[in-house]
Amino acid sequence: MKTTILQKPASFYDEFTQKGGAQLANTHYCPGCGHGILHKLIAEAVSDFGIQDKTVLISPVGCSVFAYYYFDVGNIQAAHGRAPAVATGYKRSNPESIVISYQGDGDLAAIGANEILQAANRGEQMTVFFVNNAIYGMTGGQMAPTTLIGQKSTTTPRGRTMQNEGYPLRMAEIIATLEAPVYVERVMMTDPKNIARTRKAVRKALKIQMEKKGFSFVEVLSGCPTGLKMTPVNTKNWITDVLSKYFEPGVKKDESEDREPIITLHPDPHFEEYHELLDIRSLSDKVKGVKLSAVKEMVDEIKIAGFGGQGVLSLGYALANIAMGHNYKVSWLPSYGPEMRGGTANCSVKISDKRISSPMIDNPTVLVAMNKPSLQKFVDDVQPGGVILYDSGLIDEAPKRNDVTVIGIPATAEADKLGSTKAANMVMLGAYAKIRGYLSNDYVKQALPLIIKNKSFHKLNEDAFKRGMELVKNS
Amino acid sequence: MSKVLIKGNEAVVRGALLAGCKNFFGYPITPASEIAETAAYYFPLLGGTFLQAESEIGAINMVYGAASSKARCMTASSSPGMSLKMEGISYIAGAELPCVIIDIMRGGPGLGNIAPEQADYNQIIKGGGHGSYSLIVVAPNSAQEMCDLTMLAFELSDKYRNPAVVLADGIIGQMMEPVEFPEPVQTMPDRPWAVSGTIDSHHLICSIQLDPDMLEAHNLALQAKYARIAENEIRYEAIQCDDAEHILVGYGIVSRILQGVMEQLRTEGYKVGLMRPITLSPFPTPQLIAFAENNNVKSLFVCELSAGQMVDDVRLAVNGRKPVHLYTRMGGKVPTVKEIVEKFKESI
Repeated sequence: MKTTILQKPASFYDEFTQKGGAQLANTHYCPGCGHGILHKLIAEAVSDFGIQDKTVLISPVGCSVFAYYYFDVGNIQAAHGRAPAVATGYKRSNPESIVISYQGDGDLAAIGANEILQAANRGEQMTVFFVNNAIYGMTGGQMAPTTLIGQKSTTTPRGRTMQNEGYPLRMAEIIATLEAPVYVERVMMTDPKNIARTRKAVRKALKIQMEKKGFSFVEVLSGCPTGLKMTPVNTKNWITDVLSKYFEPGVKKDESEDREPIITLHPDPHFEEYHELLDIRSLSDKVKGVKLSAVKEMVDEIKIAGFGGQGVLSLGYALANIAMGHNYKVSWLPSYGPEMRGGTANCSVKISDKRISSPMIDNPTVLVAMNKPSLQKFVDDVQPGGVILYDSGLIDEAPKRNDVTVIGIPATAEADKLGSTKAANMVMLGAYAKIRGYLSNDYVKQALPLIIKNKSFHKLNEDAFKRGMELVKNS
Repeated sequence: MSKVLIKGNEAVVRGALLAGCKNFFGYPITPASEIAETAAYYFPLLGGTFLQAESEIGAINMVYGAASSKARCMTASSSPGMSLKMEGISYIAGAELPCVIIDIMRGGPGLGNIAPEQADYNQIIKGGGHGSYSLIVVAPNSAQEMCDLTMLAFELSDKYRNPAVVLADGIIGQMMEPVEFPEPVQTMPDRPWAVSGTIDSHHLICSIQLDPDMLEAHNLALQAKYARIAENEIRYEAIQCDDAEHILVGYGIVSRILQGVMEQLRTEGYKVGLMRPITLSPFPTPQLIAFAENNNVKSLFVCELSAGQMVDDVRLAVNGRKPVHLYTRMGGKVPTVKEIVEKFKESI
């Protein structure tokens, strides 16, 4: 008698040693379960296409959590429902790989419904095999998102009702409504003819990924005699006669002929370019030929406050940056979040020759108040002997403190005269520089355009800074 | 080397890219969004991937997937987002994958607010996810350390095949300070265990061990690894502790305020030192034991932006040998130097 030795596909291990137990050639799946057949169809395709070494299988939670017992490929086991996200992360990191997300119905359509929808919608370059058996298998026969109305399970002991649990989800149809997916088909593994269709779908879905065309999704109606509490034969009949009437097999979407490969090119700059590309070239490297005076002993704690849009934060940023350029230790802290949305903004700048402990300022040595609410808010906090600079054009009432130096600077009005309200902050910066006297005008002149890069402000800011200095001289 | 004035949150991204990180998966949340925004701009410039995930859960699972490959990857979030990531973090720790997670802590519980707190200590250090796992956790207190400790987190994460967290607060993230950026790391550590899509990498990344014997063995191996990390990787800063009678203990922004407190108290004649854990996990327990056993030391004073979470670890180390005082603020309230000075004086 002639005998034919049927070989396992090379993408299966010869012996399933990770499974353990006595029978290392058999799977752990029950008689009548669809996983074994689908595994084989996938393994055959992977071997036939010569992609075994670059295939990475993401296994789900459920009976096929142990798909890695069998597939001799790269294997990543994912948390319940998260396989499409895991697949996304892996594929993005290794675009030349072939990534398969293998999922069951609870995994894909319940706990992981968002992950699959989003991965499909992004058109991730992956292939999803979705095993729909209308029941939770491994967990022990609980309701699945695809359990039919009237179907009994351990958590729908009287049968699923639409009033209590809603309707079963038709995932293939849902995925097919999205723009990105290339190919979506539902098949069933009931008889040789349908298994052959499944085989074709598996191969087509993998081919699409190999051709870098995008996302493909194959839903497989499959048997779970144990969970469904039927014999294997009855399970097949039930799939044919009942399950497939609600979940109709067929191609739901196929644009594989029309799609072009999507190839993302990544730049590969040399390490020497990193600092330039990351915008972390120092200001001091760019300011040339300025002789700075020696760092003096100093702790200046500057609070700058005003309306959003008055350039309060950028004034602080420019000041901290320039002081840093003069070899002082600095810190800059903004008010952030809802505080900003109220229309007022403030920031705290510390400048010192010594290491700065807290970047927060309780009692400023200098308050720059650009509007009345800000002045009112902080006027009493200023240290005795400190300085208050306020916009005397916008604030009609001078602050009443006789233990501090109070200087009114019509910053906004002066900036308007120079051409733009927006330069009011630089008028204040000039005033501050004049009062404190430790900043080099040459340095500021070179540094300001590097800090506030918008070219249309370069000349204006320079003029505004000068004007601020003059206003202090005159006051 | 010259310095750049930069926000902590932006320094993190630069540090990550200089450490060779190639993949960023994130979800926006205040006050960590700038990390994702900065990453979105710079990762593609250097040939990497930035992807805004559908959720924090999606993001951490993308990290799980990418961490299984050869390339370095990261995510960033803030407290409520970290709660969502805990499932994935447990899996990543169980599967022993290297990755870096940035947590810019905000006020809780629940939606809380977006002001700074340090109330993620327990969920990050004690394990917010299930199982007996530990993370490597570093706590920067400056923009410079936001860069440096992010880079260190990548290094340690690969060295021990363990997820690492950079635990900072809203102020450290939002504050700008001068940062000296190092040269990029040019050689990546080998990952012989990775799934890399080659004939040699038919590996398995998983956290499931059905057999209790095997799962116990896996857990014991993890615990042995954590012990090795504790032996080799504790980092802390002790300032003026040599003659100190009172040790202030705090991390992150609090350690900066405590430095001001220490300076103030020293000028008033109090012999006060500052102990700042840089690694929160492993926790500098041996150093705290040394303070507890030091006859000079009369008390320890812990300050935290939570109801008092790290203080438990301080008390475990001190083990009743010295009084451990606690002062906390919550809800985004940050204590002033003056306020802590008063509380300290009341405590002694």
